[in-house]
Amino acid sequence: MDDSVRRESGGYIGQSVPRREDKNLLLGQGNFVADIQLPGMVHAAFARSPLPHAKIVSVDVTAARAMNGVCFAASGDDVMAALPPINGMQVVAPQGWRDRVDTDILIPDQPLIPNDKLRYVGEAFALVVADSRYIAEDALELIEPDLKALQPLPDAESALVDGAPLVHEHLGRNVAAFLHAKKGAGAEGLEAASHRLKRRFVHHRYAAMPMECRGVVADYDTRTDTLTIWSSTQVVHWVRREVATALGMPEERVRCIAPDVGGGFGGKGHVYPEDILVAWLAREIGRPVKWVEDRHEHILNAAHSRDNIYDVEIGFDDDGKILALTSSFLVDSGAYTPVGAGIAGNSIAHMLGPYHIENYETDCKVVLTNRTPNAPYRGAGRPEVAFAMERSVDLVANHLGLDPAEVRFRNMIPPEDMPYEVGLTYRDGVAMIYDSGDYPSALRSALAELGGLETIRQRQKDALSEGRYLGLGLGCYVEGTGVGPFEGATVKIDPTGKIMVATGACPQGQGHETIFAQFAADMWQVPIDDVFVTVADTGHVTQGYGTIASRSTVTASGAIKLATDEVHEKVFAIAANLLETAETDLELRDAGVGVKGVPDMHVSYRDIATAAKPGWGHQRPDGVVAGLEATSYYEPPTVTWSYAANATLVEIDPETGQIAIEKYVEVHDAGVLVNPKLADGQVKGGLVQGLGGALLEELAYDDHGQLLTGSLMDYLLPSASDVPPLAVIHQETPSLLNAFGVKGLGEGGAIAPPVVIANAVCDALRPFKAELNSTPVRWAEIAMFFDQNG
Amino acid sequence: MTAKRSITVIVNGECLTGEAEPRMLLADFLRDELRRTGTHVGCEHGVCGACTIIIDGDAVRSCLMFAVQADGAEISTIEGLATNGEMHPLQKLFSEHHALQCGFCTPGMLMTAIDLVHNSNDHSPGAIRIGMSAALCRCTGYVGIIDAVMEYARQVHGDAAVTGDETGGGRNDG
Repeated sequence: MDDSVRRESGGYIGQSVPRREDKNLLLGQGNFVADIQLPGMVHAAFARSPLPHAKIVSVDVTAARAMNGVCFAASGDDVMAALPPINGMQVVAPQGWRDRVDTDILIPDQPLIPNDKLRYVGEAFALVVADSRYIAEDALELIEPDLKALQPLPDAESALVDGAPLVHEHLGRNVAAFLHAKKGAGAEGLEAASHRLKRRFVHHRYAAMPMECRGVVADYDTRTDTLTIWSSTQVVHWVRREVATALGMPEERVRCIAPDVGGGFGGKGHVYPEDILVAWLAREIGRPVKWVEDRHEHILNAAHSRDNIYDVEIGFDDDGKILALTSSFLVDSGAYTPVGAGIAGNSIAHMLGPYHIENYETDCKVVLTNRTPNAPYRGAGRPEVAFAMERSVDLVANHLGLDPAEVRFRNMIPPEDMPYEVGLTYRDGVAMIYDSGDYPSALRSALAELGGLETIRQRQKDALSEGRYLGLGLGCYVEGTGVGPFEGATVKIDPTGKIMVATGACPQGQGHETIFAQFAADMWQVPIDDVFVTVADTGHVTQGYGTIASRSTVTASGAIKLATDEVHEKVFAIAANLLETAETDLELRDAGVGVKGVPDMHVSYRDIATAAKPGWGHQRPDGVVAGLEATSYYEPPTVTWSYAANATLVEIDPETGQIAIEKYVEVHDAGVLVNPKLADGQVKGGLVQGLGGALLEELAYDDHGQLLTGSLMDYLLPSASDVPPLAVIHQETPSLLNAFGVKGLGEGGAIAPPVVIANAVCDALRPFKAELNSTPVRWAEIAMFFDQNG
Repeated sequence: MTAKRSITVIVNGECLTGEAEPRMLLADFLRDELRRTGTHVGCEHGVCGACTIIIDGDAVRSCLMFAVQADGAEISTIEGLATNGEMHPLQKLFSEHHALQCGFCTPGMLMTAIDLVHNSNDHSPGAIRIGMSAALCRCTGYVGIIDAVMEYARQVHGDAAVTGDETGGGRNDG
């Protein structure tokens, strides 16, 4: 990559700069956690519960510990004695949100390894460490657990029955959080509506399922009393904080690195017990310890997601104008709540979507059950609520005999009302304001991409006369992105004159190193190859937050800018000294500072770095301290609002119920696109995950709390042949909240497909007045409509 | 467990010997014994395809084969595609078409594509799409992957070979 791209365009931002990440990955030289091999390294494995709910009578690890090749074994009692639980390690929502949304939250602490009872199939009850993973797994077979089965709570509704057993006895209830929010007259607004519809919507359980399972390697150095942890995580600073707290070490003595990470999508977005346990084992045993999850273990034990039940009532007038909306919903949180009530908070904030609706009231219960813990996965509460909302909009249209597109246009917030005050509070505690966007235009573009509404309806009519069933599915959403509380960045000019950037962002394939280099190259007016970016390493930036919640482009660019601004000040002061000119006459150009309009008057960053050095011979003006380095933290004022309109055209096979997707369109707006090719890749990847959730993927439990889908032969991920023609169109309405006009886009693609597919199928089956109000959308269910209607 | 055996394989033209118990998976042998970690392990039950390598000319899931079964075999992996540091044309196309994000599935994708383009007789877009469904990617939605493999097939076999309807798209196995 030479300088020509930047010079021709005036900057790297907005250019599809090739990814600097690709080369190593393509040559087979990536370095994932499983690739790390250290001298003397030993391997951990965990014994996991076969029962969803069981009292631990005893766990005997004596035989395992005595086995040849085993160097360590521990039960829950052993772990509890060494690492007693520390209260308050769970994520707590900001006070501003708790004040404005009625909340009653009791978050259960998750033990590293429990010694009282087991709460889901897959929860660990013992661990062993051995010379190889093969031996460690052999030793697991020698562990003797005495477990007394307890009555399982297989789903949210069973956990709410009066007298149901408790997942966490000390909480006194199976509800981790009650939440309530209201806008306008709330439920009373329904009274004024001439039409009212009530429905139940169910969004099933599925999961991030990255191609790389989780893994941790830890190495303790006795001489310096430091721990180095390599974790396949999205949040290195959070891992460091929890490990340091649990092991009683200063944070500075714990370094966490996320090397190449093979996908995350939220599933690696919080700290797991294994992150802490492997670090502890390395210090305890005095040898490097490695644990790599296998796929079965991942499906049982890595966080699941979705799994909501919504009861919605919608009130509207004869024109399809929505007057009031209420929803009462349950989140099946599983046995613990790794990120508190965050998913439910998202759902509450996102229900109204792109529509102007005066009255809204919602209440939610986050319910503890004997399922695997539920944590954010790409969309995090938004796909679920979008399903309930966008199905409701279609039902309004059907009820009145209007086109679903028309009902959307009638209720959408027009662009002239931007910025738009929603009348609710976001989960960062700030009043929600959609900062910018043109929602109707996005929907118009989506329809145009499928040939235009009239043409589509004509085709549908013609097809039906031939006995063919075509359906148009629509789905619109808004998405709060770039959430705080902060991101950190350190920017330095190296003695060689190169620009060094480090941030707390932790990519898993998004291309952060490339886009952060684009930002920095523009800020410093250097060729992009002069920028060196370090991500996902606590050793390079003191505080960071991590890559979750569609936030890194927004928050890390803000932090890089703040740090850069600080270094710029010194660079200008020193350059003015070297060039004997006033600072106001200077500009950044050609990898250095020059006098405006005087091509020969220029000093390079290398010369400025030399002049800035501490000690004899420095050339800093009075009052300028040594070094060219700054660390800054960007605290966004609140979220910036991305949005999209989705549309698809499907044809249903009346014999089998099979859904053939002719084309799927998403018109997406994430503000200014830093790297259009990578942005496009993010949205398309998200769409296919959404289609997987809509049609293929399911974590199914039986009535006794047993997970039935424990392999990738049962849990079906979309393959290349499942992917329909995709069209992604980008609108670029700049955000008003940050210097670059950027918004987040990591999650968006995955939000709409489940409801868009359901709406398309229902549209195709309109002759039968068919309703599909739950996911996944199953062929068999569709075929049933044809059977029933002969 | 049973005593280890000495196993010799030719990996990307290099003759390598290591030791493995009879139960050791070929994928583990390559990665942990021979330290060729370019090949990845994503499911260990033969579904995801990340561990796909080419053994004696055929694409094989190295998680479904024991190391002892490969004794004496000739193996190609992702590490052997480039020549003297110059990327293989398929690797270049993957980068140009943004056919990778996290890169974890990439070793299996590349080896699956090499096998498909060089060993199969049908290079229609539909056949390529179905052939590439032997390996799973969770990041890209396969858009760039399919584009890259089709262009590679055109480079190898000519434009005329890579024509026809792209059946396969939009089907699902639900």
